[in-house]
Amino acid sequence: MNFWVIQTLGALSLGMLLFVLAAGLSMIFGLMRIINVAHGSFYMLGAYIGLETIKWVDSFVLAIVVAAVFGALFGALIQKAFMEHLVGHSLRQILLTFGFLLVFSDITLIIWHGAPVIIPAPTALEGSLRFGNIRFPIYRLFVIAIGLALAVVLDLLQKRTRIGAMVRAGADDIEMLGCMGYNVPLLFVGVFAFGTMLATVGGVLGGVFLGVYPGIDLEVCILAFVVVIVGGLGSIRGTLVASLLVAAIDNLSKALIPELSMFAIFMLMVVVLALKPRGLFGQRSA
Amino acid sequence: MTRSVATLIMFATVCVAAPLLSSYYVGLLTEAAILALFAMSLDLLVGYLGLESLGHAAFFGIAAYVTGLLSLAGYHSIWVSLPAALFASCLLAALFGLIALRTIGPYFLIITMALGYLPLGLAIRWRSLTGGDDGLAGVGRPNFGLPISLTEPRAYLIFTWTICVAAALVLYLLGGSAFGLSLRGIKENPSRMEALGYNIWLHKYVAFVVAGTFAGISGVLYAYLNGFVSPYDMSIYRSAEALVAVILGGAGTLAGPALGAAIILMLRFTAGAVTDKWSLVLGLVYIVVVMFAPRGVLGLLAFRRPSKAFHEGARAD
Repeated sequence: MNFWVIQTLGALSLGMLLFVLAAGLSMIFGLMRIINVAHGSFYMLGAYIGLETIKWVDSFVLAIVVAAVFGALFGALIQKAFMEHLVGHSLRQILLTFGFLLVFSDITLIIWHGAPVIIPAPTALEGSLRFGNIRFPIYRLFVIAIGLALAVVLDLLQKRTRIGAMVRAGADDIEMLGCMGYNVPLLFVGVFAFGTMLATVGGVLGGVFLGVYPGIDLEVCILAFVVVIVGGLGSIRGTLVASLLVAAIDNLSKALIPELSMFAIFMLMVVVLALKPRGLFGQRSA
Repeated sequence: MTRSVATLIMFATVCVAAPLLSSYYVGLLTEAAILALFAMSLDLLVGYLGLESLGHAAFFGIAAYVTGLLSLAGYHSIWVSLPAALFASCLLAALFGLIALRTIGPYFLIITMALGYLPLGLAIRWRSLTGGDDGLAGVGRPNFGLPISLTEPRAYLIFTWTICVAAALVLYLLGGSAFGLSLRGIKENPSRMEALGYNIWLHKYVAFVVAGTFAGISGVLYAYLNGFVSPYDMSIYRSAEALVAVILGGAGTLAGPALGAAIILMLRFTAGAVTDKWSLVLGLVYIVVVMFAPRGVLGLLAFRRPSKAFHEGARAD
């Protein structure tokens, strides 16, 4: 019984972290039809920057803010300086982000070397809650809350706001949106920056319980890819469901068969692709 | 035709010049041939089908690991290791192809990257078999039934070039065959090809498996060259090197990617003298190539003579 409760809570918190990450990927794809292969690199950069901030000012909140600002600015820069020149060549844009993945992996190694580190949890969220004889870290509950809040905010943003309407319109017919006088390049910069910001913030959130080390960029990136493949690109609801599904399978398989845990996730991907090539909630073709 | 002749002339030159070369260049040329073949096998997907795979090193790596394991188990005949390794690559490609080819475009990229991570994770975690991060050391050179020792670098150079040139000629033939042309047709206009009665999925699948198997050949030769197999041989970095070689050389030309692989190898050796941050250098090359030379070297040449070149492909993106 205890085992299952802890598994469920663990899966929920990992799932919400994956959701924060994959939502960024999925949003960028929904509008721009590209996949940011360097998404995991932004996660790693965000984690390291959050860690540095905590070292300097010892504030978790500030670490999140600094990482968010950095992610948004850096994402905007990459979109403006590089991606914008390749509009209409989505495969080249993806390959470009692949180049950034390679560059970032070495840059972080140069600056922060290779030793694994853990971001300290904020003092207010240290310790664990007790339910009977089950103990569960408060911080993990905090991540679950953040993920849920983000899901609600993204949903409202997409359905109720003007920017959300622009994003939805852009996903359907980007040329028409431009013809109607909307600033499409600016919208692209905004969405790309928002996506990378989610990744860097995810890095700070996840750094507390996953740690930060070279190679984490690919690890989280692959998990986020599996999430968007399973959930369907461009769908927030699909991303949420798939995040929880992937996290549950990852957590459970790591507890039961640690050597083969990767296969379990891939089996999920295989089954979903066999039944629904565009993912559980994906409607549009890639 | 031209490229077959050019390849054979190059082969003859290498054979003649081999005794004159210093062992540094012998090693370099051997590795160049191997990586060229690897890039060419990827070109079958990228150039002919427009399927950018980010996980091609899986097939290279699994062949290298099978070769290494067989050698460490005492099987030194290449007539054992080559078929076994190619069978492994072929099987893995047949399996991954079933999954990856359900998708196209951006999905295909990330699914190949995710799939490529699977054997890599296994190679790192299954320490008792694969040696984990340390890899497999002490892989001896193979014997192939003739009284020639391949431990001598020049003998191995010519051995490698013979196999790689033969494989390249097969790939040229395949590229120019009806099969190769229908792959191009599928890339340019899948719905028309479907209407003409072509089985698109089967064409893609066969190409995927063939590409994976040829990558396996290069993996075998590479394991014997270094006497060492490491998880790097399966990693995304190995895939990235091949993909940038394909784009840099000119996707869809086969000879271009071979050239691209040679350029990337030269760059690695040159950069290696200055910095050990190869991933950084490779990433920068990637960005420059994708931004400014998406058609690649041969693509740019071919672009100047559109009439013939257009039919030979050479269209990146």
